[in-house]
Amino acid sequence: MSRPFIEITHLRKLFGDVVAVDDVSLQLDEGRTAAIIGSSGCGKSTFLRCLNMLETPTSGTMRIGEDEVEFADGEMIRGADRSLNFRKSMAMVFQSFELFPNMNVLRNITLAPRLVKGMRRDEAEETALALLDRVGLKHKATAPVTELSGGQAQRVAIARALAMAPRVLLFDEATSALDPELVGEVLAVIRDLASEGRTLLVVTHELAFARDVADTLYFFDQGRVLESGKPEVLMENPQTERLASFLKRYSGQV
Amino acid sequence: MNYQFDWSAVWDPAAWFGAIKVTLAYGIATTAVGLILGLILGLALISRFWVLRRAVALFIGLFRCTPALIQIVWFYYAFPMVLAVNMPAWLAASMGLTFYMAAFSAEIFRGGIQSIEKGQWNATRSLCMSPWQAMRHVVLPQAFRRMTPAIVNQSIIQFKNTSLLSVVAVHDIMFTASSLTAETYRPLEVLTFASVLYIILIWPLASIAHVVEKRSAQGRTR
Repeated sequence: MSRPFIEITHLRKLFGDVVAVDDVSLQLDEGRTAAIIGSSGCGKSTFLRCLNMLETPTSGTMRIGEDEVEFADGEMIRGADRSLNFRKSMAMVFQSFELFPNMNVLRNITLAPRLVKGMRRDEAEETALALLDRVGLKHKATAPVTELSGGQAQRVAIARALAMAPRVLLFDEATSALDPELVGEVLAVIRDLASEGRTLLVVTHELAFARDVADTLYFFDQGRVLESGKPEVLMENPQTERLASFLKRYSGQV
Repeated sequence: MNYQFDWSAVWDPAAWFGAIKVTLAYGIATTAVGLILGLILGLALISRFWVLRRAVALFIGLFRCTPALIQIVWFYYAFPMVLAVNMPAWLAASMGLTFYMAAFSAEIFRGGIQSIEKGQWNATRSLCMSPWQAMRHVVLPQAFRRMTPAIVNQSIIQFKNTSLLSVVAVHDIMFTASSLTAETYRPLEVLTFASVLYIILIWPLASIAHVVEKRSAQGRTR
């Protein structure tokens, strides 16, 4: 039996006495999409931020491919030599885009490949333009990012993440800050990425989208994975009262 | 009022020209070095090492809370004595003012850097940029834009404060004004003229900064 591409085991994250992520385990095969749903404050974003090591997990093990890191008592106890590779294997798309306002669209995308991967400028720009073309924004290459609509900004952010050639893409409520009419264009890009066989981990409030795009659905509640499995199974036949009421509350919005 | 202005008292082009050069030299040098030192101190203020933070905070506190005049006199007379070193007069004279500028600009830099949203740091870290790369390419450029008005303000104050150097016999505009006053007993004319010189020197500095500020604001929205 081959082991899964991503494997997270017994992950915990405490903020002081508050347990934000409580013993979460998750597995994902290469080329698959996992969606994480749950009400705000359930720990799903913190979980994603732990995975990207924007937060230091309190304890647990995380592995992507061959790179494994382990934490105990809020310190990395194993895999320090692998942690940069571990981080390089993923790229995150944020709720509030976090494009760099002091540079134009193209430089937003080429900056990290040039600095981190030592890519030559022309090479980085060629890649960036191809990626911009993919998200339908090639004509905005020289535009300042302040001129973009929310949907365009998020598509640029996706291109920026893709430019690092990550093995996994993380989406942290990527459409939550968007006007309703702009959500579709971003979801379409994510949908494309899923269908071309990329590995995606998507934290979202868009239930219909999650059902559509995810191979596995995780329902977070109070920092724990309360239910997980095939999206249609979870959504049509929730086993817990918490998921049932969550679905009822959110289905009206979809 | 029957005071008769006598502007012939200010007529000493050679002295004034020399004085302008001295004021400009001290103004530019202490501002530039003060800003560089201020940036370093500002970065130290947000460093992870608490000993460094405390030490720099103490330094800044001392220089912000004592009069620039005392600092100048102290560094000119006491500092070389305490350290038992011979330092050139120009260096001793500039040290107090430079540290004064550094202390105030350090707080400006710290505030500017900390005003950049945490999310920008997260984005750079997620892209595997090093903290220094993030600072250099993402955070500082944005912070500088926000800090420009405060830095210009502090630089103007600094240029005017060079007049305090006249007490340690630096032959700047203020020193020249004092000695002409002593010669001619015409303080009103001489000091008015000196003020005009300061205005002529400093006003363009403020306007240039204003233009730069406007242009970078346009650059953002264009």
